[in-house]
Amino acid sequence: MIAGPGGGEPFSPETARADFPALAQLIHGHPLAYLDNAATTQMPNAVIDAVAGFGRADRANVHRGVHALSERATAVYEGARAAVRRFLNAREAREIVFVRGATEAINLVAHSFGRTRVGAGDQVLVTALEHHSNLVPWQMLCAERGAQLRVVPVTADGELALDAVDAALGPRTRLLAVAHIANAIGTVNPIADLIARAHARGVPVLVDGAQAAAHLPIDVQALGCDFYALSGHKMYGPTGIGVLYGRAELLEAMPPFLGGGEMVRAVSLTEGPSWAALPHKFEAGTPNLEGAVGLGAAVAYLGAADRAAIAAHERALGEYTAARIAAVPGVRLIGRARDHAAIVSFVMDGVHPHDIGTILDRHGVAIRAGHHCAQPLLESLGVAATARASIAFYNTRSDVDALADALGAVHEVFG
Amino acid sequence: MSTDADDLYQRIVLAHAHQPRNQGPLPGATHQARGDNPFCGDRWVVSLILDDDQIREARYEGTGCAISTAAASMMTGAVRGRTRGEAEELSRAFERLISAAGAQAGADGEGIDLGDLVAFAGVRRYPVRVKCARLPWQTLMAALGGATSTVSTE
Repeated sequence: MIAGPGGGEPFSPETARADFPALAQLIHGHPLAYLDNAATTQMPNAVIDAVAGFGRADRANVHRGVHALSERATAVYEGARAAVRRFLNAREAREIVFVRGATEAINLVAHSFGRTRVGAGDQVLVTALEHHSNLVPWQMLCAERGAQLRVVPVTADGELALDAVDAALGPRTRLLAVAHIANAIGTVNPIADLIARAHARGVPVLVDGAQAAAHLPIDVQALGCDFYALSGHKMYGPTGIGVLYGRAELLEAMPPFLGGGEMVRAVSLTEGPSWAALPHKFEAGTPNLEGAVGLGAAVAYLGAADRAAIAAHERALGEYTAARIAAVPGVRLIGRARDHAAIVSFVMDGVHPHDIGTILDRHGVAIRAGHHCAQPLLESLGVAATARASIAFYNTRSDVDALADALGAVHEVFG
Repeated sequence: MSTDADDLYQRIVLAHAHQPRNQGPLPGATHQARGDNPFCGDRWVVSLILDDDQIREARYEGTGCAISTAAASMMTGAVRGRTRGEAEELSRAFERLISAAGAQAGADGEGIDLGDLVAFAGVRRYPVRVKCARLPWQTLMAALGGATSTVSTE
């Protein structure tokens, strides 16, 4: 059994952060203030130990060996799938496909669903808030199929222009692909409302949940989404592992994405292959077992947490972060939607975000600087790059105070 | 400033970043190239007027971080009046100055007088930022080479 943050004690960030060994280090002589969680979160001991334990005791190939280790590895791998099913409240474990990350999940849908369901003259609808991972695969698909990519614009506050959604959903719209939380500026989209609008027109919806899964409880049945994409490394799990949730009915109808072992029922040299059942049809080759084991531990850890307490802490600390940053002279916050996650994107007059990032690093403060793989969004908001601080539940006011103090130093150098 | 970043943000580098010289369009340019750093969005256009082999004028336009801006500002000042060959030699010396390989060889320009450009020596300790200092020079070399295409750090 994996306990939640802080060993199952009532939630407090101070005890929770003790679960994360990477946080307890000095960077350039300062305690690390890790505020780049929207890029990658750190891993708790529960995840690190699960991956190491698999390597020490259970490692073997899955689904084919008749020996004890293979049976154990299969049980652990499928156990991780079951844990993810519970975490997302999917109806069936076969609706959970392990992939490399949200990027691969979206590419899988673009290739497999897209190539069979999107034709010349059809449309795919995305939004101007998207990460490149939920944009470029659709641009590639549309170019290949002669289809049109339509884009829901954003307001100056970084919210979706909802009145434009209905107008953009047409009879030729084959899919709506939208982020649950926008990675660059933290907008929380009204995802249930968007899904309802799309479904009213018979349009299926893919939700890019990479940024949401660590922060919001996700119930794919309640949301009613058709696809949901996750990345393990943004939810306290390992890199190189992620999940595509797809409604069984849709996944059943989709052709495989990658061909190889594991995904076939039978292969002959004279006849075409027949596909394995879900989810294996979409898991060609030996899977990332260590990654799946780690992700299984991460969702068990998160699942055992007091999600409401975590969310309240993150929300309060996010507001504190925004207030401290906004108080630095010459700073402007970028994209403050009414409903936003604990992600604060900002610019400072006359200072390039990369210079901010370098000076903050010398103070032990880790943030992200750049376009956050969301160039069209930043262009919509009139900036080329921003600095971004992003909160996880293990962050404290000390982390944010270190950030604010270091921003003061940036202002001294460049102000 | 009281941090270790002193070795990156030298006083003269900051001075050029705050008040860049030689910035703006160059009417009658004979050579021009564009350089992009897609990683951070830095973009420079370097324009030159060459008279025979001599750089009569060098200017640049665009946007970039403090390191990149200062590099472009100091570079254009440093190559003005030099021959193409001298500018290329200076560029190579600058590259040795800022690169890790140069650091290992103990290079400091190797006989070439880099003048104020030595202020960029600290950049070699910041692997991600080396590209910032390098981009204006890459763009200059493309312009001198008559390249019409855009150069990129990636």
